[in-house]
Amino acid sequence: MKISIKWLREYVDFSPPLEKMAERLTMAGLEVGGMQTIGGEWYDVVVGMIVRVEPHPNADRLRLVTVDLGKKQPTVVCGAPNLIIGDKIAFACTGAQLVDDNGKLVQLKPAKIRGILSEGMVCSERELGLSDRHEGIMVLPADAPVGVLLKDYLGDIVLDIDVTPNRPDCLSVIGIAREVVALVGSKLDIPDVCYDETGDAIDASASVEVLAPELCPRYCASLITGIEIGPSPQWLQQRLISSGMRPINNVVDVTNYVMLEFGQPLHAFDFANIRGNTIIVRRAKQGEVMTTLDGIERTLSEDLLVIADKERPVAVAGIMGGLHSEVTDSTTTVLIESANFSRAAIHRGSIKLKLSSEASLRFEKGLSRTLSLVALKRAIQLMQQLAGGKVARGIIDVYPGKQQRETILLSAAEVKRLLGMELKVTEIVKTLELLGFVCKQTMGASQIRVSVPWWRTDISCQADLVEEVARIIGYDDIPTTMLSAALSEYEPVSAINFRREIRDVLVSCGFQEVLNYSLTSLEMMSRLSPDLHQACPKPIQIANPMSREYEYLRLNLRAGILATLGRNERHQEDSIRIFEIGKAFLPGPKDLPEEREMFCAVLNDAPAGLFWKGKPDPVDFFVAKGVVETLLERLGLRAEFEPDDDEDLYPGRNAAITIDGNKVGVVGELHPKIAKAFDLCGTAYLIELDMDRILLLADIIKKYQPMARYPSTTRDLALLVDEQVTYKQVYDIIKHSPLVSQVTLFDLYSGEQVAKGKKSFAFRIVYQLPTRTLTDEEVDKVQQQILGKLAGKVGAALRA
Amino acid sequence: MLLNQLEELFSGACDELAKLTNLKELEDWRVRYLGRKSSLIQALRALADLPLEERRSAGARANEIKKALEASLEEKQKELERGLSSSLRHGSLDVTLPGGKIPLGRLHLTTQTINEICNIFVGMGFQIVEGPEVEREHYNFEALNMPEDHPARDMFATLWVDYQTETGEKPMLLRTHTSPVQVRVMERTSPPIRIIAPGRVYRYEATDATHEWMFHQVEGLAVDKNITLADLKGTLFEFARRLFGVDRKCRFRCDYFPFVEPGVEVAIDCLACGGSGCRLCSNSGWIEILGAGMVHPDVLRGVGIDPDVYSGFAFGMGVERIPMLRYGIEDIRLFYSNDIRFLGQF
Ligand SMILES: [Zn+2]
Repeated sequence: MKISIKWLREYVDFSPPLEKMAERLTMAGLEVGGMQTIGGEWYDVVVGMIVRVEPHPNADRLRLVTVDLGKKQPTVVCGAPNLIIGDKIAFACTGAQLVDDNGKLVQLKPAKIRGILSEGMVCSERELGLSDRHEGIMVLPADAPVGVLLKDYLGDIVLDIDVTPNRPDCLSVIGIAREVVALVGSKLDIPDVCYDETGDAIDASASVEVLAPELCPRYCASLITGIEIGPSPQWLQQRLISSGMRPINNVVDVTNYVMLEFGQPLHAFDFANIRGNTIIVRRAKQGEVMTTLDGIERTLSEDLLVIADKERPVAVAGIMGGLHSEVTDSTTTVLIESANFSRAAIHRGSIKLKLSSEASLRFEKGLSRTLSLVALKRAIQLMQQLAGGKVARGIIDVYPGKQQRETILLSAAEVKRLLGMELKVTEIVKTLELLGFVCKQTMGASQIRVSVPWWRTDISCQADLVEEVARIIGYDDIPTTMLSAALSEYEPVSAINFRREIRDVLVSCGFQEVLNYSLTSLEMMSRLSPDLHQACPKPIQIANPMSREYEYLRLNLRAGILATLGRNERHQEDSIRIFEIGKAFLPGPKDLPEEREMFCAVLNDAPAGLFWKGKPDPVDFFVAKGVVETLLERLGLRAEFEPDDDEDLYPGRNAAITIDGNKVGVVGELHPKIAKAFDLCGTAYLIELDMDRILLLADIIKKYQPMARYPSTTRDLALLVDEQVTYKQVYDIIKHSPLVSQVTLFDLYSGEQVAKGKKSFAFRIVYQLPTRTLTDEEVDKVQQQILGKLAGKVGAALRA
Repeated sequence: MLLNQLEELFSGACDELAKLTNLKELEDWRVRYLGRKSSLIQALRALADLPLEERRSAGARANEIKKALEASLEEKQKELERGLSSSLRHGSLDVTLPGGKIPLGRLHLTTQTINEICNIFVGMGFQIVEGPEVEREHYNFEALNMPEDHPARDMFATLWVDYQTETGEKPMLLRTHTSPVQVRVMERTSPPIRIIAPGRVYRYEATDATHEWMFHQVEGLAVDKNITLADLKGTLFEFARRLFGVDRKCRFRCDYFPFVEPGVEVAIDCLACGGSGCRLCSNSGWIEILGAGMVHPDVLRGVGIDPDVYSGFAFGMGVERIPMLRYGIEDIRLFYSNDIRFLGQF
């Protein structure tokens, strides 16, 4: 809401400097977002009067105009058509800063125009930066004082106030004035409304029927006949412009002026185009068509409220008038509407028509029903003053939604309970009264019965009143205390700690955490293996997506993180290791979709940066698997890895990760077709874990294990086995043998040195007992037994 | 032992000493000639058995020899040490060569910030809880005092979810704020309550340098008997001090959110200009960091908590904004485009 300080000062006087005032408003909930000075650049612009107009000797379209500035009477060249002797104008002396055709400020210099020296200029509104008008010079009111700086006469400061949706009353100059009164404790001076009703009785000329009282609690109307349409006076136009509105004609300008003044949107109909002389407030008929003021034909539906005459809609209630009932230059009789519409109806209508206006923005916040009549009377007064005509006797006031004004019982104890600050009853009363609340003390003066002023629609309970008191006294005065209340009962949330732990391990392993969008596209999902996705549930769709790119909730984290890997590969040659922990959204039987917390990591096989000492080891499947093992070990879990056939991964190079027989994830090399779909440079490895399942299995409780006290015996064992025998088969046999405490594979070989179809494993076995030192004979014996078992179960032989 | 034997030993020792090349050999030499079992020391001990006359002359000489050897030892040791440090220099390194850095991972800037915020509130006795991101309209709006067509709903441009369950059609959306978690917690817990709830939130929004359709918030809630606006002020000022530094100024002004009354906006003095006004703070000198207020009595009533007995405060803050202010990040879209060159800086 733009508020002209000049205008504001008509209703309230305040002594603090403007910056201070703006700060008080901000602190009290009306944030002043900006302060614009009008006329700040008008250093050498003076009010003048045209005293002589002569033709230019060398040009037909130009004239020489002499202007009285009080102290001097310069003559300048002017091309404007509207030069009238006696008119007051704004005269720019050389050196003045004016707005040029391109909207830039330029300094006025003396110029020779068609042979005549011109030192100065009669200004248009655009040159002064007041509006876009440039057809002629700006004519000032007749009482403008000659010789006075225009800055002092027309200059103003406009506050840009951010009004919260609960305060539609403050979408008006008077609303802000009321706040100022309360904040600085001065007096409010609202104009008296009086006018003569010299026309016929209104009931004889017009009637109003409200057929949808639930959407229109009140409809007030008046009629003025014999009106003369013309431009509004300068002062009124200036007010509208400084508030960001465009002047149109005196009648329309008055409706806008009163809206800005009181906050009540009004509408003026050309009564000649209201058929049957009747206004009907009703729901639109399905498919009904009307053209709004902006010239757009709109098809209406039953949930919209319209203002209609006997035959057709003439306005979309509270949003925009109709084109054919618009006030034009030939209008002589106007019907002024000042109504109250349900905020829901206007809000819905505005969304439905994708149309919002100054009127709808106010109605949809819920206006006071009392305001309709107050504003109507003000509009009648002004319209008659400015456009003449006869005002009909009486006012039409259909008021189906009349309400009992309620009072609220407030106690000083409640103020203290919510604010933590002791306030005397008299202080509370005084503060509320400054805002227009009426207070009566009851119950031995400990309670106050508060009547809410009619313009406040946002106050309905004690807490609301407490806020009023607090914001006027100032939040700065509220004490600062720390919570003294009891702590709540501790509810362990293991998922949060668990997540932190996993993140920490991954970061220690050199992984960068990423966070990808929860929404994705069908295209992105289809880059993953289609076979896989046929088996998957259908992703949850957004009903009103912003774009195709973000239309579905992700079913997994794979696509997002692979796309992120691809993007990063474009500018990073070194190896990339990234992970994400986030939610996958799966349709399920429950009320809400299942939000499954997933872990996904990818790493590519690029070298870990150039290093002068030599190449680091390449990344491969076993590096990725090592990450999983490190992670799960840290969580106290022992995982098994079994060959898997994940469609997104390279056949034969991916494994299911299981814990106690439950599959909790996969690890593997990316399938080349998937790598290609995501534009990856080379090979990449993917790890995916179901966080929720791991959490169920994780045993975070750690237990101390004493360190071995007796020396161990170490033996190396080189075994020859068939190609098909897996490491795990051999390892399990060794590991589960007596006395064996540690088994480490330190070499794997197949090639010329061994027979075809064979491979060799080299193990280092550590034998140890917690209770005593082992003898060589014992170890030899056990190792013989192990060799026997290996020969029997997997056909292993000692390598020669 | 005869004197000439001593002399022989002495000259032998001196010859050997001259030929020594390292400290290890020197130590062996010392053991050999001056050690407890060396012939010299033993000869000295044997002096006691000699007749007085002989003892005197041989003893004096033996002691002279011992002193001379000790002095030579010391000199030789110094000489060898000098030689050692100069010989080590032949193997010196170019210490300006790059070291082998250990690749470090990092948490996402958002995660770091959430952790930091949560740690502060945990330190004040708040517990971390979480809630669903796909939320019922009821929890996101109605239960927070925003029935259908409430004007404040326009502050939350909503992404609606096209989802139906067997239990019938209930409007669902991507939560526009973390405030629904307040309601869910109050429904299942009775006071005293003291929680914070971090998480992702979503808005129907065209993105630009300051707007992103997905971002994070941290919500806070405390409900008990006698919780006041003064407590809220104390809690949030303390939070701001801990997060932004003890010298930051803090502003507490009236603002409107439908689910609190009285409502509050908290701002800190601008980090860029220190309060004198600049582009970052739109010349106001203040930067809003969070919205807060006393839980609206209707919200309490809605979850079955008697507003005449209990009161509470709630607050909510955007997460990304905090590192943007701190580190001078000018485009919020950097957060979720996940460029490692960006993420790796924090
Ligand atoms: Zn600043």
